[in-house]
Amino acid sequence: MATRALDLAASGTLAGPAPRRSTLALFLRKNPLGAVGGLLMGLLIVTAVLAEVLATHNPIRTSTQVLAAPGADHWLGTDNLGRDLYSRVVHGSRISIVVGLAATLLGAGLGGLIGLLSGYAGGKTDLVAQRLMDIMQALPILVLALVMAAALGPSLTNTIVAISVVIVPRAARVVRSSVLAIREFVYVEAARALGVRHARVALRHILPNTFGPFIVLVTAQLGGAILTEATLSFLGLGIPEPYPSWGRMLSIAAAEYAEKAPWLVIYPGLAISLAVFGTNLLGDALRDTLDPRLRGS
Amino acid sequence: MRVYVAKRLAIAVVTLLGMSMLIFVLMRLAPGNITDIIFESAGYVDEADRRRLAAELGIDRPIPVQYGRWLAEFLSGDLGKSYRYDLPAWEVIKPRLPVTVELAVLALGFSILFGVPTGVISAIRRGRPVDYALRVVSLAGLSMPSFWLAMVVILLLVRSLGLIPSMTYVSPFENLGANLFQFMLPALAVGYRSSALIMRITRSAMLEVLREDYIRTAWAKGQRETLVVWRHALKNASLPVITLIGIEFAFLIGGLIVTETVFNLPGVARYLVDAIQVRDYPIVQNLAMLIAVVTVLANLTVDLLYTWLDPRIKYGKA
Repeated sequence: MATRALDLAASGTLAGPAPRRSTLALFLRKNPLGAVGGLLMGLLIVTAVLAEVLATHNPIRTSTQVLAAPGADHWLGTDNLGRDLYSRVVHGSRISIVVGLAATLLGAGLGGLIGLLSGYAGGKTDLVAQRLMDIMQALPILVLALVMAAALGPSLTNTIVAISVVIVPRAARVVRSSVLAIREFVYVEAARALGVRHARVALRHILPNTFGPFIVLVTAQLGGAILTEATLSFLGLGIPEPYPSWGRMLSIAAAEYAEKAPWLVIYPGLAISLAVFGTNLLGDALRDTLDPRLRGS
Repeated sequence: MRVYVAKRLAIAVVTLLGMSMLIFVLMRLAPGNITDIIFESAGYVDEADRRRLAAELGIDRPIPVQYGRWLAEFLSGDLGKSYRYDLPAWEVIKPRLPVTVELAVLALGFSILFGVPTGVISAIRRGRPVDYALRVVSLAGLSMPSFWLAMVVILLLVRSLGLIPSMTYVSPFENLGANLFQFMLPALAVGYRSSALIMRITRSAMLEVLREDYIRTAWAKGQRETLVVWRHALKNASLPVITLIGIEFAFLIGGLIVTETVFNLPGVARYLVDAIQVRDYPIVQNLAMLIAVVTVLANLTVDLLYTWLDPRIKYGKA
């Protein structure tokens, strides 16, 4: 029997290999763009993890070779303080991925809990939570992040907090709307009838089912979080010197020397764009797979 | 309907009130205030002088007292004075408004003109190379920071054409041509992102509508493609598109802040960042209020447009 199955599989008449592999293969075939996104994300993570190995110079050490053009010694040239741009871009991936991931997870986690509570409890709790989320959404993302960043002062942790605050209301909305639907399912009623306590129903029976939309939200927000970090740092309200943040690299110095040293403008911006492009492609593909209702929006 | 509008307006007022409190408190939690910044730049600190200035500006009082005073003044139409310029806040904001409004309108106009048709084309050519190409173009728009795009465009102009875009603002009343030429690039840089969002939502809305029975009927009747797609389908696909445009109008402001900075345009969006950095509370407070009012009104307008576009939607009856 087993050998027959093997033969059939080998001759291609049996419906494909093991289910897990076929899911992945199907995903790749149906979402070539998603695969590219995954590749870019993988590249970003590998660069961030191996930054020490990949960098050729110390990213924050200045030198007398100021504004050197890209060449054998400095692959992407040097900046106005003689720092090696390639090494700075490589190390910058750490800032982007750490701030992006931490802010997204923090904001989505907190927002998710608020959404769960507000959707499950309903009534006054829901009303108050919704008005609070309205208030936070009355300002465009960047404006709220700017004021938050200014209030907290420029530092790595504060930038993460400032960006995560912006994500909270979005995550709360998404989780709340799926909780509202799941709450009405019969199995939830059954659990309650069996005497399961509210906290347990909410956390064990409802929360896991909001996971699909939640993952879609997280990947969708990740690119935005990376962009917001770059923008805040560009405006001088995000990651302070001497951390090599891509956005910071593009601020004053790059604009001032752009004509003489265009590489200062091109490479950090290219790095931001590729990182965000990767998360967006992957996010789209994941949404198409996990949440068909939102396809293509 | 009237009840619905009244209810929505009441919620909007509550939202704006809460937002004003949030900004008020956040700004005052920020380390340092205007007196610190003034005295720091003067190079010496006479504590008594600093206190006198703080008392004069009223920023030595407890935050709730300060907020109460601000709210009372705001409701009576007094927006306070800019700490930095010692001018009424409105006088400082007013001349900068037209720049930002013009940029926002041009950017949004471009994004609609580019986003809607490409979205439609992408939908009717779904899965074809054109669709993939347009989707990549739109995702690229969502991925590039608008300030970087602006810098690259300037760089290209300077390097390849030897053109140096004017870095001093030209009023449209002085020289309309020069003004439009100056605003073209910033508007493209800001509008690209919005056009990408509009394109994506148009595409998905069109894909939904094209599956409907009445579209099949229109095809079966042998109607021309242009009529089916652009008239029958697009009209019914426009609801989500309009929602997004309403939301985007307010969200453009984020793009405006950085683009005005890069192109050195004297608009309010860039000025907000300056005001935040020097802790010019009245300016930050009023600008945030202005932005929030625009955002809330845009959302409300969109909701009301729904009933007009889709008579099946009736508010206040459910």
